[in-house]
Amino acid sequence: MNGSPYVIASRNSVRLTMLKVLAALVPGIIAHAWFFGPGIWVSLIVCTLLAILFESLALVMRGYPLRPFLTDGSVIVTAWLFALSVPTLAPIWLYATGLLFAVIVAKHLYGGLGQNPFNPAMIGYAVLIVSFPMYMTQWPAPIHLAVHAPGLADAFDLVFAGGGLISVDAYTMASPLDTVKTLLRAGVPKEEILANPVFGRLSGSGLEWIAGMYLLGGLLLLANRVMTWHVPIVFLLAVAATAAGLHALDPSRHMGAVFHLFTASVMLGAFFIATDPVSGCGTPLGKVIFAAVAGFLTVIIRTYGGYPDGVAFAILLMNVAAPFIDLYTQPRVFGHRRHEKPKI
Amino acid sequence: MRKLHTFNGGIHPPEHKAESNAAPIASLPLLPRYVVPLSQHMGHPAAACVQPGDRVLRGQVIGLPEGRISTAVHAPTSGIVSAVEMRTLAHPSGLPGLCVVIESDGDDQACPTPPLDWHGLPQADVLEAVRHLGIAGLGGAVFPSAVKLDKGKAGHIPTLILNGSECEPWITCDDRLMRERADEVIQGAAIMRHLLGAETVLVGIEDNKPEALAAMTAAARGAGFPVEILAVPTLYPSGGAKQLTQLLTGLQTPTGLLSTDIGIQVFNVGTAASLYRALVLGQPLISRVVTITGHVARPGNFEVRLGTPIQALIEAAGGALPGASGQIVGGPLMGFELEDEQSPVAKSVNCIIVKHPALFPPAPPTLPCIRCGQCALACPAELQPFELYWYAKAKAFDKTERYNLFDCIECGCCSYVCPSHIPLVDFYRFAKSEIRARDKDSQAAQIARERHEFRQFRLEREKREKAEKLAQKAAGKPASGAAAADDPEAARKKAILQAAMERAAKAKEGVQPQNTDNLAPAVEQEIQAIEARRQGTDASTPPPEGDKSPVSTP
Repeated sequence: MNGSPYVIASRNSVRLTMLKVLAALVPGIIAHAWFFGPGIWVSLIVCTLLAILFESLALVMRGYPLRPFLTDGSVIVTAWLFALSVPTLAPIWLYATGLLFAVIVAKHLYGGLGQNPFNPAMIGYAVLIVSFPMYMTQWPAPIHLAVHAPGLADAFDLVFAGGGLISVDAYTMASPLDTVKTLLRAGVPKEEILANPVFGRLSGSGLEWIAGMYLLGGLLLLANRVMTWHVPIVFLLAVAATAAGLHALDPSRHMGAVFHLFTASVMLGAFFIATDPVSGCGTPLGKVIFAAVAGFLTVIIRTYGGYPDGVAFAILLMNVAAPFIDLYTQPRVFGHRRHEKPKI
Repeated sequence: MRKLHTFNGGIHPPEHKAESNAAPIASLPLLPRYVVPLSQHMGHPAAACVQPGDRVLRGQVIGLPEGRISTAVHAPTSGIVSAVEMRTLAHPSGLPGLCVVIESDGDDQACPTPPLDWHGLPQADVLEAVRHLGIAGLGGAVFPSAVKLDKGKAGHIPTLILNGSECEPWITCDDRLMRERADEVIQGAAIMRHLLGAETVLVGIEDNKPEALAAMTAAARGAGFPVEILAVPTLYPSGGAKQLTQLLTGLQTPTGLLSTDIGIQVFNVGTAASLYRALVLGQPLISRVVTITGHVARPGNFEVRLGTPIQALIEAAGGALPGASGQIVGGPLMGFELEDEQSPVAKSVNCIIVKHPALFPPAPPTLPCIRCGQCALACPAELQPFELYWYAKAKAFDKTERYNLFDCIECGCCSYVCPSHIPLVDFYRFAKSEIRARDKDSQAAQIARERHEFRQFRLEREKREKAEKLAQKAAGKPASGAAAADDPEAARKKAILQAAMERAAKAKEGVQPQNTDNLAPAVEQEIQAIEARRQGTDASTPPPEGDKSPVSTP
């Protein structure tokens, strides 16, 4: 059967949508390279190639054509979001393990594009942080704080040969979120913690700039109507409100709203991960609920949980709830309201 | 100035109006033959009232309305009826329908139809005239207008909306009609207003038709009653009756109800003009304005007699250009592909688009749905099309119903915007037809069950009645004891006979009655007639299947 319409907006395509998302990530990636060195390029390229390899493997095993599904761009988005969520300059086997779960388990075992109940990149992240927590806390320090800022050659060595040229301590530091969590729990006064050079004006040094660039890219996506406002805006509001609420209760033990908002993972989560339409809610009210609870959980997990960051787990938890939320938030359909007599 | 409202979503595809809206409405030369379908409207087809060999005049009734939702069909010119037979129609199904074939005599002699005093005559008489003049909605749905103009028990319908929005790309027949015959539209509106008892008359026209807006505004000034000509934003599907109603009044027609339930009736502007021509000028609906556009030499609009083969219309526009790849009847968003160019123009045909791969490129390959929600943003019915697609694809039809599949107007906005290029509307049509078929089956099963139960009841009753009758008979019969003793042989035989009869009577008492026992004489006769017929027919031929209507399945 081949019925109307006989005209479609053919310039609309999944590929174009994915390309826009990738383009919106570029400012953040540039900021990342600026503050943390060229290592990000190595990990991005390695993750992209690994993801394409796994995608091809899965497509061949499932008997799907390679061309349309490799060129839709979705697996590259997964690869980039994964690469931006895990520590740069980690050994290649770590990336491979994460992406294996992201692409093959989280995506293709559930039916491939459009069928995954969980965000693939976040599954990859979650598997790694549960399985290899040590590697997942070794974040490169900003260039200006590192004892030895790794160049491109160092990056290749670290990713492909497991390092050895420079010691781990020479280029990594605890992340700002980690620092806050461990030191606050150890009873160190907040002023003393914030004196650490890993903190910048708003949040983590350098990281706050990356967060700002993600925000910029995300706003461009909003302006381009790649997504609706519901998820990113409500997610950010929920993070801010929860953080501000905790801070108001006990300012000495909690960081404020601005600190939480300008961690790179919150901005990345707000505009690029929580907005994943496949694993998120479909109805407008559903999106609001999804984002509000995810934002709340992010701060709660960061504050009381065992892991340094909470964005991934908050979003994965809400992925579970998304179909249920959708079921109960179906919008009113045209003509389904009681009507008054016309007042004409 | 009335404040306009908005509807959800909508799309703005390339308009392609300029190709065909520049030239005035032209006419076609008289053709040697017209094929007039008897089913040109919603509801029951008209019943042919002419036979091959009859001479007919232009405007003479050749098909009489049958049933409430029906309307008459008229001869487009004078000539001889050569056949009343099945011909392929311009219909999405591509199935044939009964047509009256008229060979023109070239005189084009009119059948005199006196004008009607619609203002003075009783309402019922005017409506009957509208029905017999063949007036049906020319916007595409071709609903018989007499039914819609009946204000019924409500007493009056306060608001009349004329739809001049013409939101589908390519189509310009209403645009040209409003530019050239604005007065006729307004005069038609006056009749509609009178019949409905409407106080407010609103005309919605998309703002991409400034000339039509100007002409209608000028005509409205001389109307003698208040008419508001309103420019609505160019946004498909502003011409959907429900969408236009919302744009102009802010009211949504409740699902499952008609717009008249909220005091509004909507007509196409072309319908208004044809109503005027029918009642005031005495011209039954035998022609309409049709846009012929796309890959033809001279796109434009023509006043086309109903029954004109579409091929002739294409030729009138200079013929299809090389590389043409079929035709669309209607617009590109809700139309359908023409099966046979010889199919006649009917009341529903507002536009013919000759296709070319450059104008209508084949859809790119389909990818899986990524639930991006673009379809929901575009849906004027405020549905969640991606959920409907999900369940339709899984054949979870009860779920599609719960997600309000039947509120879908099949406008095509979702398919238009889908980044995965999924033919969403095809899935909705499939689900709808499956649900309709299922409902029909369950209805049939219900009827069969009722009939079975009644048969059981009838058999029980007949058995009881028969038993009672036999009991009566047995009681009333005198005992047979008188025997002739002089012939022992005869007596012996008689005794044997007697015993046999008694055995037979006893056996008969125990026998279940047949359902052919104890029948009324009329039924008996009928059974005998059937038996006689049965013996006359060859046993190898299967019995004719009754009422098997052709149903197209996807």
